Amino acid sequence: MRYLLRRAGFYLVALWAAVTFNFILPRLMPGNPALAYLAKIHSQNVTTAQYNAMLTEFGVNPNVSIFKQYFDYMGALLHGQLGISVSQFPSQVSTILAQSLPWTIGLVGVSVIISFLIGTLVGMLIAWRRGSFFDTAVPPVLTFFSAVPYFWMALALIYVFGVGLNWFPTDSGYDVFNVTPGWSADFISSVAQHAILPVVTLVLGSLAGWVLTMRNTMITTLSEDYVLMAQAKGLPERRVMFNYAARNAILPSITSFSISLGLVVSGSLLTEIVFNYPGIGFALYNGVQGDDYPLVEGCFLMIALAVLAANFLSELVYTFLDPRVRQGRN
Amino acid sequence: MQQLQGAANLTEPTLDPNIGTSNIFFKAKGRAGGLLRVISSNPKISTGLGIVAFFVLVAIAAPLLTPYDPNAIIVRGSLPPSSAHIFGTTGLGQDMFAQIVYGARVSLVIGFFAAIGSTVLQVFFGLTSAFFGGLVDDILSVVINVFLVLPGLPLAIVLAALASNADSANKNEFVIALVLLFTSWSYGARVLRAQTLSLKEREFVAAARATGETSLRLIFTEILPNEIALVASTFIGTFVYAVGAEVALEFLGLGDTSKASWGVILYWAQNNTALITGKWWQFVPAGLCVAILCAGLAFINFGIDELANPRLRVERPRRRRYLPAKKKAVEA
Repeated sequence: MRYLLRRAGFYLVALWAAVTFNFILPRLMPGNPALAYLAKIHSQNVTTAQYNAMLTEFGVNPNVSIFKQYFDYMGALLHGQLGISVSQFPSQVSTILAQSLPWTIGLVGVSVIISFLIGTLVGMLIAWRRGSFFDTAVPPVLTFFSAVPYFWMALALIYVFGVGLNWFPTDSGYDVFNVTPGWSADFISSVAQHAILPVVTLVLGSLAGWVLTMRNTMITTLSEDYVLMAQAKGLPERRVMFNYAARNAILPSITSFSISLGLVVSGSLLTEIVFNYPGIGFALYNGVQGDDYPLVEGCFLMIALAVLAANFLSELVYTFLDPRVRQGRN
Repeated sequence: MQQLQGAANLTEPTLDPNIGTSNIFFKAKGRAGGLLRVISSNPKISTGLGIVAFFVLVAIAAPLLTPYDPNAIIVRGSLPPSSAHIFGTTGLGQDMFAQIVYGARVSLVIGFFAAIGSTVLQVFFGLTSAFFGGLVDDILSVVINVFLVLPGLPLAIVLAALASNADSANKNEFVIALVLLFTSWSYGARVLRAQTLSLKEREFVAAARATGETSLRLIFTEILPNEIALVASTFIGTFVYAVGAEVALEFLGLGDTSKASWGVILYWAQNNTALITGKWWQFVPAGLCVAILCAGLAFINFGIDELANPRLRVERPRRRRYLPAKKKAVEA
């Protein structure tokens, strides 16, 4: 229990760091959001009073002490207030994010699960058949795929399967013209169809990591004595492979989950932008395009929060799976 | 994006003493041409180095390879590939081949400098944290781990967007390299910290300490040289990340969109809807170049992994049913 509390404490620190970054970064940059906003709407005719009012509205008035700004900012965050979007005025940033988040979580969640299952299985098999044709051929091919930028993979898939063969839709999260969102069969099948190409993009991009991690740890486990013992007992090959070698090799894959999740989320941002998929990445892109500070920052905060939560979950799973950690905490 | 391959090392707190210390490198130093032999004996390293060397040569020799100025509008826009313009032309009518060749310079330079800077940070954080231990380690570890769990690319996008928002003159290579440096150092720092933790307990370090060497000397002449293979591998991992992220940032329009580079080519291809209108030559070459360059760098890294960790090497002829025999053979 103490171990878990310590980890929870760490994630709180990480969250605080993310929030503080969000506070400090715009203030470190030259210029300020009020000036950027004025430049955006091409307006120079503001009085000093108006300008000061804008500074206060953006929370960067130099007459207010930095500490007060900071506490005001934290207080607003705790109330779920992320400010008002400049580019989609007058929507609340939190409303935009609430609409986008489920799409991203769905996309990333499905992709990570598929890619973890396939990748771990392939890694296990090629380690078992070490030095075979597949073991020499699969890693370089996957390396190439993972070196392809996510967004370019998305572009290529759109070109071949969307525009060329016209098999799958390439735009948006569902058929916006013919289907209304809701728990109807039409809507769900539309969502599934629209998700196929983005999911394939993310799976292809992240597969190599799982395969190589699994292969490398599996090779180490295969030289353990208990694997030899299992073989000497004459256990079926499949049982040795799954229950003895793979079972013990899978832990590092779960630990590397946190790093790979960050990469998949990054990839998903770019993938969403290419597919106009209505998730956080697309909202972030709109924010960047529209010089929309509050939206950009809200997106980053939301992404950070989601990644931290997922990491904490993976650590809980790890604690549950690894008896050494379990005993260490007692 | 290739940082995963080191994950197995990362997770084992008690590292194999041979991992990362790689005697091969030091044996090689003793013999003339030894390093060359190590490189050429490992097909992954030689393939990877070949690919990277190819791109470096292309970038240097750009003016010799094409008569065109990459940014000059020379002909009608969106011409398909022909003998005069082997990669066709962009939507504006610039020569695509010239853009690709000159664009290699941008990717390589940004990637290289971001990776160098990031590696300096990695070494600083990783070694300081592990070597001094105690409170220093506690604080630095938290900093490293916080940066590790915060997703890098979104942070990079936010930083680049803020910088260009404050002043549009900030849309340049230097800012992008800085942003990438800042968002990429944590993974390597953690790997180096783990390795230093095990190295600093070794006898040769204790011996040097007993002779009264200063901490600075211990770090730079005893510990650092012994994990140089690991530093090299995290450097290359960061290089891969930096090249990929640089192209991604430029693709989002956060770079200098008036200057030819791989990311900017893709940015214009996307903005001119090259895809839907079937102008494949406007996005295929740039994407393939990124992929091949990054794959080449990743191959070098796999090769270094194999050199440093003999268990990953494939032995031939292999006898799968007698695994322990092989294990002994490797250890001997």
